[in-house]
Amino acid sequence: MISMLSTVTIFLALRFQECFAKVDLPALPYDYKALEPIISSKTLEYHHDKHHAKYVATTNSMIAEESGLGDATLEEIMKQSYGSNIGLYNNAAQAWNHAFYWNCMKAKGGGKPTKQKKLMGLIKTSFGSFDVFVKEFSNAANTAFGSGWAWLVLDSESGKLLVTKTIGAENPMNVNSNWIPILTCDVWEHAYYLDYQNLRPTYTHNFLEKLVNWDFVADNLETASAKRGVGSEL
Amino acid sequence: MKLATALSILTIGPAAAWHMSTDAPSGKSRRDIISKGVAFAAAVPTIANAYVVPDLPYGFDALEPYIDTPTMKIHHDKHHATYVANVNKATEGKPEVPILDLMADALEAGPGIRNSGGGHYNHAFFWELMEAPDKAKNTKPSSQLEELINKSFGSMDEMKSQFEAKAAPGATFGSGWVWVVVNQKGDSLSIVNTPNQDNPLMKGVLGEGVMFPILGLDVWEHAYYLKYQNRRPEYVSAWWNVVNWDKVSENCAYVVENHAGVSVKG
Repeated sequence: MISMLSTVTIFLALRFQECFAKVDLPALPYDYKALEPIISSKTLEYHHDKHHAKYVATTNSMIAEESGLGDATLEEIMKQSYGSNIGLYNNAAQAWNHAFYWNCMKAKGGGKPTKQKKLMGLIKTSFGSFDVFVKEFSNAANTAFGSGWAWLVLDSESGKLLVTKTIGAENPMNVNSNWIPILTCDVWEHAYYLDYQNLRPTYTHNFLEKLVNWDFVADNLETASAKRGVGSEL
Repeated sequence: MKLATALSILTIGPAAAWHMSTDAPSGKSRRDIISKGVAFAAAVPTIANAYVVPDLPYGFDALEPYIDTPTMKIHHDKHHATYVANVNKATEGKPEVPILDLMADALEAGPGIRNSGGGHYNHAFFWELMEAPDKAKNTKPSSQLEELINKSFGSMDEMKSQFEAKAAPGATFGSGWVWVVVNQKGDSLSIVNTPNQDNPLMKGVLGEGVMFPILGLDVWEHAYYLKYQNRRPEYVSAWWNVVNWDKVSENCAYVVENHAGVSVKG
């Protein structure tokens, strides 16, 4: 009788836990040293193990207190909390943004997406040339005043790419439901301060020249296009 | 500002002299010649509104170990300097006014003045209220300030506690400042935060209307990242060690008396 009761209790406790959505801290897709000397291992350690980790932990503790989130995905949590629960949105969006950002970079990345023909084609169609894209993205990154992000997004309505910048935790998909991010650069000072101090433009330049993981960006474009039925005219 | 005036004089003077020394067409009066010189000077761009980065009232290493030397150097020589350069660009050709005077209408004036003018004012204000720790520990709130603190918060400890809570990353998310301000009437204190380089003097920033800072803390990451990294709360609690309460008391006396913001150098 007692052992049955305790089994039931344990079972219920576990089921209760499963009702909470839970956000994971993904591992970095590379070693802490992988992006040196562009981004130091010290920066990646703090950025991932402290900043990103804290956003994940805070999101989890906040959603544990929110009923009605069930096992919502991170994107669903962001959508639901945008404009209504600033604290939850900030942390959830930062969890999403950072997971995305890590994948936007790789060792010996950057340069032009010459292998990714569809992406390169769409960049040229959308901006006129790759150089103009670089100029616009750099400008967005360098002029996001305070803490923010620079983004390359697919506008699923027009089928074109555009550059935008956001402040704080804001993600473009919450600003405009037609926007699907395909590339980001974190320009909160914590992303570059140990390595570049006040020289954000140097960090931005190096990000584009040496770090961008164009394979990831191209994959994001594929997924985004498929999701929204965009692509036949590309 | 003195530099701008000096440059104007230097430019007008020789221009006028040059005109007078050349063979002026007959019938030209002296007034014509001088006015030509002035017109010539006006055509030569002078440095308008030469806001400057005020010197720190102490050495770069003075606030060690609580605020590190490299941070003070970069914060002052790079970040503050950039705000000054940019507010000079944003105010080019406009009449020269003290930076304090640009604060009230900063939102209306546009991002150049809001961001860079705010940045200049905030940092100039900030440097003055700090002092080397061995000197700072001998400073204390005036009886006026102490009374206001006790009335508004209960005690100094309670004020510090509320200030630290406001300065926490969850409360001031991203870049911004935390302030102790005096209300318009001059009879109570409160703690407010502002984003980016906004400040309580700017109309439209605080819901309660303009208020007058007597104490402020920069919580932009550049203010603490080299030494504290993600540990902003540690930076905030360490910072009390370098607060010059005599200066804060002076600020308090001024704003209570004048219902206006404190002037800054630069």
